[in-house]
Amino acid sequence: MRVVFERPRTLIKKPFTYCPGCHHGLAQRLIAEVIDELDIGAVTIGVGPIGCSVYIYEFLNVDFVVGGHGRAQAVATGIKRALPDRVVFSYQGDGDIGAIGTAEAIHVANRGELITSFFINNAVFGMTGGQMAPTTLLGQKTKTSPLGRDAKVHGFPLRLAEMLKVAEGSAYIARVALTQPHLIKQARECIKKAFLAQIEKKGFSLVEILSPCPTNWGMTPEDAVKWLEEKMIPYFQLGEIKVKEGDFNGAS
Amino acid sequence: MEKILMKGNEALAEAAVRAGCRMYFGYPITPQTEISEYLSLRLPQVGGVFLQAETEVAAINMVYGASATGMRVMTSSSGPGISLKQEGLSALAIAELPCVVVNMVRGGPGVGNIQPAQSDYFQAVKGGGHGDYKVIVLAPSSVQELVDFTYRAFYLADKYCNPVIILGDGMLAQMMEPVIFAEPDFPPLPPKDWIIQGKGRGERKFIVCFALDPQKLEELNLKLQRKYRLMEEQETDFEVLGEDDAELLLVGFGTVGRILKTVVREGKKEGIKCALFRPITLFPFPYGQLKEEARRVGRVLVVEMNLGQMVEDVRLAVEGIVPVFFHGRTGGMIPKVEEILEKARQILRNEVYHESRF
Repeated sequence: MRVVFERPRTLIKKPFTYCPGCHHGLAQRLIAEVIDELDIGAVTIGVGPIGCSVYIYEFLNVDFVVGGHGRAQAVATGIKRALPDRVVFSYQGDGDIGAIGTAEAIHVANRGELITSFFINNAVFGMTGGQMAPTTLLGQKTKTSPLGRDAKVHGFPLRLAEMLKVAEGSAYIARVALTQPHLIKQARECIKKAFLAQIEKKGFSLVEILSPCPTNWGMTPEDAVKWLEEKMIPYFQLGEIKVKEGDFNGAS
Repeated sequence: MEKILMKGNEALAEAAVRAGCRMYFGYPITPQTEISEYLSLRLPQVGGVFLQAETEVAAINMVYGASATGMRVMTSSSGPGISLKQEGLSALAIAELPCVVVNMVRGGPGVGNIQPAQSDYFQAVKGGGHGDYKVIVLAPSSVQELVDFTYRAFYLADKYCNPVIILGDGMLAQMMEPVIFAEPDFPPLPPKDWIIQGKGRGERKFIVCFALDPQKLEELNLKLQRKYRLMEEQETDFEVLGEDDAELLLVGFGTVGRILKTVVREGKKEGIKCALFRPITLFPFPYGQLKEEARRVGRVLVVEMNLGQMVEDVRLAVEGIVPVFFHGRTGGMIPKVEEILEKARQILRNEVYHESRF
């Protein structure tokens, strides 16, 4: 009998502890699948953030380092500069990479740091209970924008991926969602391309993954998926945002 | 061995390379920028990495990542920059990651100015970050000690898996003195079996800066405290100087410790009998040894380039058994030998009745 589906070797055998309907588990499984496919588990080092995303270190069977909130890309820089032949990735939420860690995000991209960042965008601060994030949509109600996000007061939802596109050092940037089978398939391809951009020393790579947060959005998992597709995707458009071909572009 | 005339910052940077430091992350700030400048050229020569970070915060977190891989790594800054690094220092302490952090102190608070000061005693010794953690703090008082203590700092960091701060000041950083670079000579250290390098064929490892279970965090904090007690037993260091019949014990660290040596010498000429107690490790602080000296001499004058920080630890050490007087200058003003002598004369003539602060 031929095995057509199994648990990725890189995924530790224990149940995900994320809320029902959250896509963290799905995103982490896809990363694990790609690590298996590229056979890089032995040489990969993950860097965790602070926030719901941090739990990735409990589920992926690779070495992990976790520092402070927003600092994952600085920590990853330190690791990569020490060990240039390892594969180093960070896995961060929108508060971590888009608010408190914005300086790090811009500068790893600009330096062409040879790391890969996965950015889970669920439009709220999840772990602290649903406050406004930099990616919260206009009109979206959160615990700290109870009347809805108002551009005059709170500014606009941050399109970090597009911002990082203009950095000369970024080589591959994509935004994906995991709400449909074909989208999951595309996401897996993007994750693979992002790792390859690092391995082939093309420069910094980032995959933004839109994820529902039914708990903090106050929706059923089903409604949350619908809301993501109807509200988030039109603003945070899916697809490959930057694919830089050609010679080595990353920092050594 | 050959003596070389070197500026404090550059001597320290060269000592770091000789101590095996191969990675440096920093952000320019006066009066320590020559450390970065020197290492930007020197580290690549020995296969090392110099990276100028986008912020002080990023720099200390790059240190965190590099340290997790087992590399000897350093960052340096001055007052306001060290304030920004406190988040990272707290994380390095709980994650038990070794590193060396240099603080060439300038006047504070706020941006203050770029002149020499000792106003960062509290933020170095008491832990400017949050939580029950400690970092070893070494206080050099000459360019030669900048070299020797840099060697020692890397050794102690690895020995205890803990950050070590070298607390200098703008004076030490900027002045030139002849120095000797001896070979670093320390007992062998245990292998770093905790480092993160990718799991290879073995079990995976991880390093984090938290313990979400309260019982586990308490256990971890108590384990850290046992480590700090061990530092107190094994690493406490100080210098004592002066006659047995001294009537006044001068206490000062770093640059002030050096000025006080002149005070002891000059005082002797006019019959003012002083001894000097210079703490070399500010954490661990030599409480017991200082208490003994204070009891023996009878009166204590603490001199600092701040408005009274270490004096609090001196009073803790002395436990009220003898009076403790204080003389401080701030804002980049350096206490002069004559003004300290005048204070000493007043104390010995019983003209200072209060344990004055200034």
